[in-house]
Amino acid sequence: MSFEGHLFLALLEGTVTGFVLALTALGLSLVFGVMRIVNVAHGEFFMLGAVIAWYFSTMLGGFLLALVAAPLIVGGAAFLADRLVLRRIEYKPESTIVATIGLLYIIQQLVLTVYGPYARPVPAPVYFRLDFPWFGYSGYKLVVAGVSAALLVATWLVVSRTTLGLYMRATQQDREMAQAFGVSVHRVYALVFALGAGLAAIAGALVVPVQQAHYLMGLDALLMSFVVVIIGGLGSLGGTLAAAFLIGVSDGVVSVFFSPTLAKIVATLLVALVLVFRTGGLFGEEGT
Amino acid sequence: MRRTRARAVWALHLAIILLLLGLQFVVPPFHQVMLARIMALAVYAIGYNVLLGYAGLMSLGHAMFFASGMYATGLTILYFGFGAGAAFGLGVLASAGMATALGLVTLRASGVSFLIVTMMFSQAFYLATLYFNEITMGDQGFIISGLLPPLWAGGRELAFSDPAVKYNLALVVFALCLLLSLWLTRSPIGRVLVAVRENEERTRLLGYNPLSYKLLALIVSGSIAGASGSIYTLMFSYVGSSFASILYSIYPLLWTLLGGTGTTLGPLLGTALMTYVVDIASGLTSSYLLLVGATLLILIMWFPAGVMGGIRARWVRWLP
Repeated sequence: MSFEGHLFLALLEGTVTGFVLALTALGLSLVFGVMRIVNVAHGEFFMLGAVIAWYFSTMLGGFLLALVAAPLIVGGAAFLADRLVLRRIEYKPESTIVATIGLLYIIQQLVLTVYGPYARPVPAPVYFRLDFPWFGYSGYKLVVAGVSAALLVATWLVVSRTTLGLYMRATQQDREMAQAFGVSVHRVYALVFALGAGLAAIAGALVVPVQQAHYLMGLDALLMSFVVVIIGGLGSLGGTLAAAFLIGVSDGVVSVFFSPTLAKIVATLLVALVLVFRTGGLFGEEGT
Repeated sequence: MRRTRARAVWALHLAIILLLLGLQFVVPPFHQVMLARIMALAVYAIGYNVLLGYAGLMSLGHAMFFASGMYATGLTILYFGFGAGAAFGLGVLASAGMATALGLVTLRASGVSFLIVTMMFSQAFYLATLYFNEITMGDQGFIISGLLPPLWAGGRELAFSDPAVKYNLALVVFALCLLLSLWLTRSPIGRVLVAVRENEERTRLLGYNPLSYKLLALIVSGSIAGASGSIYTLMFSYVGSSFASILYSIYPLLWTLLGGTGTTLGPLLGTALMTYVVDIASGLTSSYLLLVGATLLILIMWFPAGVMGGIRARWVRWLP
């Protein structure tokens, strides 16, 4: 394959990755933004979505049903986690990180027990091939990109046009003031945590036909989401989207021409440096 | 009164070291190896505790220091035929260097940012050990047994394969690090570190530079973690990427939280409890890391002070 062929493949792969990454990272970004906490278990919600998609498509009525069930089940689990764990520790930043590390291992190991250590694929619900001058490309990947785009728009509409979105934004800007105006902050927190988890789960379900479901797939999703959220800026939808494409495409290019590991090393170092040198720290008000 | 307190504290720590020295003649061989491993890993937790317990900085990247010690020791033995002493010294130096470099960059961040930044750097280090797999052998790792010349003490040959040699090597490093951490926390430097932890602004106002104290704590913490990785390599003669993975950054956090953050004996207790629990559980199920998650959750929700912290709050107020 020629250089242009490789480059085109890298860009195409990068764009598709960018969409999925945007969807995954959006959930983390909402939780970051509204609740001011870092959810280390976010990647496990992504993995749960993928595993649930495998169960539905092989045993319980098909892949399309999974796209609805995965976010509902995972969102419900996240809702419970918020009520039972995070609320108890009062969302203290460092305690929350330790607690969500705990959740990470609990979810991951339960999946290992129930689902097993396998990497299992799912047949794509739609199969067609796009022929480019250099190679044929799976049409399902473009469907993934399309569905992700639709969900991104839908989330944006929820945040900017609905009452829940208004409550979310109010809580994000000033928690106490929102509470004074009668917003039930606790309920907003629980819903945002569930929404964030649901978005990750649907992203996980979407990629199963291309990536296979495996109990360890969450860590990579988590790290890449961190990268995107930190570069894109906290709680900023546009920033998250832009960063997802920047990371997706550069990851695609470096992976095709050099090595996927090198791409990840570059991305993680970049992020660490951005975080260090951006004044004000992660939450704006922290840095001293 | 103060004098007797100080004497009691030092006596307690020396008694524990003596107890560990004696235990090797009593316990069966299996537990002797377990205890040796626990002491080597407790050194790691002691290092972690210097940073978390006394400087108040929570890191998720200590695997980088632990693995730096491992790789510096293992690689110099593998490629340059270093002896154990030189390789150990180099391991500690390498992790001290890493800690200095990382501290100069990351200590601009605090709180949650510091956590994420250390995790990211450590992850980059882990990926680098995979990427340069021609040198490091990546995931598979390498074995140094057979390459390591035995130690000589008093005209006697001490082979690293001998369990008694392993045990006493671990004990020596453990004792030194325990006493170092005890001395540090009771020294004026330790007092300033606690002041930084409790109120950074006020400490600055009193004329101390919090940044240089935090850097010092990070370097000490990283070097001790490196010493642990280094001695672990000498004892078990295996080095691999998995020791640089995120799980190995979470372990010392878990051990320290379980034993009691900011207590000198907590790290040993937490490491011992968790190592035994994980060892038993891993014999029963492949999902033994479930226990790691559940313990973290239970500790943070109900027992944030850990075992020694609880004992100190309730019964023995003078515990360091």
